[in-house]
Amino acid sequence: MKTERIAALPDRVGLETMKGLAYVGGLARLAGESAYITFMGPFRGQRLRPQRAFHQAMAVGVQAVPIVSLISFFVGLIMALQSAYELRRLGAIQFVAEAVAISIVRELGPLITAIIVIGRSGSAFAAEIGTMKVTEEVDALKTMALRPVAFLVAPKFLAMLVMVPCLTIWADFMGVMGGCLFGVAGANFTFTSYLQATRDALFLRDIFTGLVKSALFSLVITAVGCQEGFSTGAGAEEVGRSTTAAVVTSIFMVIVVDLVFTALFYVTNRG
Amino acid sequence: MNESVGERPAISVVNLRVSYGEREILHGISFDVRRAETVVILGGSGSGKSTLLRTLVGLERPSGGEVWIKGVNIAEASDDELDEIRKKMGVSFQGGALFGSMTVGENVALPLREHTRLEESTIEIMVRIKLEQVGLASFEDFMPSQLSGGMKKRAAVARALAMDPEILFFDEPSAGLDPIIAAGIDELILSLKKAYAISMVVVTHELASAFLIADRMLLIDRGDIIAIGTSQELAASANARVRQFLDRVPEPQVEDELNYLQMLTGDRERKS
Repeated sequence: MKTERIAALPDRVGLETMKGLAYVGGLARLAGESAYITFMGPFRGQRLRPQRAFHQAMAVGVQAVPIVSLISFFVGLIMALQSAYELRRLGAIQFVAEAVAISIVRELGPLITAIIVIGRSGSAFAAEIGTMKVTEEVDALKTMALRPVAFLVAPKFLAMLVMVPCLTIWADFMGVMGGCLFGVAGANFTFTSYLQATRDALFLRDIFTGLVKSALFSLVITAVGCQEGFSTGAGAEEVGRSTTAAVVTSIFMVIVVDLVFTALFYVTNRG
Repeated sequence: MNESVGERPAISVVNLRVSYGEREILHGISFDVRRAETVVILGGSGSGKSTLLRTLVGLERPSGGEVWIKGVNIAEASDDELDEIRKKMGVSFQGGALFGSMTVGENVALPLREHTRLEESTIEIMVRIKLEQVGLASFEDFMPSQLSGGMKKRAAVARALAMDPEILFFDEPSAGLDPIIAAGIDELILSLKKAYAISMVVVTHELASAFLIADRMLLIDRGDIIAIGTSQELAASANARVRQFLDRVPEPQVEDELNYLQMLTGDRERKS
């Protein structure tokens, strides 16, 4: 019994690995097909759907501004408090602006934005497509000679690719503002001197790497959300399952992408 | 069958096999749907009739055999070829499958907006014509969620008619409707039959409506066609399974004692 299980272990590891690779392959195919439709479609006489992408951009981006602002403001404030705790002991409290600026712009801004977008939009993509699958609307699209990827997925990719980096810039700004609140209230900064210190601390490279990451996050979130939606089986409870899976998988994959690219930026910067 | 020579049937199914994974659902069936003919596909739950319909509209790929529509074998057609054929067919799904985020009018207009370069004003008029035909005039600006089950199906028919299809498919048109509304849908199908010379394929298990609307019927049982013919021919059939279906005799509950014992005591397949 036990030996059987141990003997079966390589099989299962192999199977799970293959499944994982197939999943990532599926994501890449969705993204590739959408990219083809968006950028090559117009040259082949196919119609783009800018109004659908615009509609998505409103839902994904503009409507997320309040919550992104609030959360990144608080995270900026928390970062300031936490780093001040350590910096004060070293008598280096004036570095709080630097600490906040770098941690927010390089890491937390893109990440916090991605996680909010996963919760708001990644789950919504899975639920929308999943419901359409259950009610045969996806089949109806196909029988009307409309490609579900072109109709449902491509506009989402476009909207996300534009809006998530925009949200990230805004989150960076609000995070710095959060730090600024502490800087002015508890660390002898003035508003202008805090912003000056932030500006001195940041290189264009820091903002740029954050934006590259956020663009990649947006692709991951859209692909996972849509893929989970399309893999919805029959029945309403399946929609719930896909939505949960979309959120959990997106968060995991965003963290993995984050790790990989942060390591990559670190190595290339040093060299 | 006495097929008139020279006229190509609207749909020609030859030795069609469809499988889901290991399990074969349709075991090599063949039939034709002639032009302007209404064929009703009858069958019990799990007989494979829905799978047949999904295969005819290209949602399932067959594992063998041929399905010829407009001179193309859709079993082997590319996605682009399939899309060209789909523009000439309309499908009315069981639950309507209207897009919940669009109004009824937008639903009907969608194929016209996507596939034609008609003026918006023309599309609007066509939408009104189609909705009027299914008895839903003045419901243009309703959301699908505001419609009753029967109205949703009518709206779905209007959407299926939008591109002036040559073949119209219905999946369980009267399922889940009360007898009066269901009779209304039958009436609608009959009126469409009179108004246009389109071929229709209707999948149903409602005997009454089948006998009302069908030119020919075929009865599917466990993945095989067990009877095909006009309503009179089917009603006169002596085949035991056909009689059982038409006379609504329940499946006899004969349990093999040994099987029963095995079912109770047997090992379940161990799941990891």
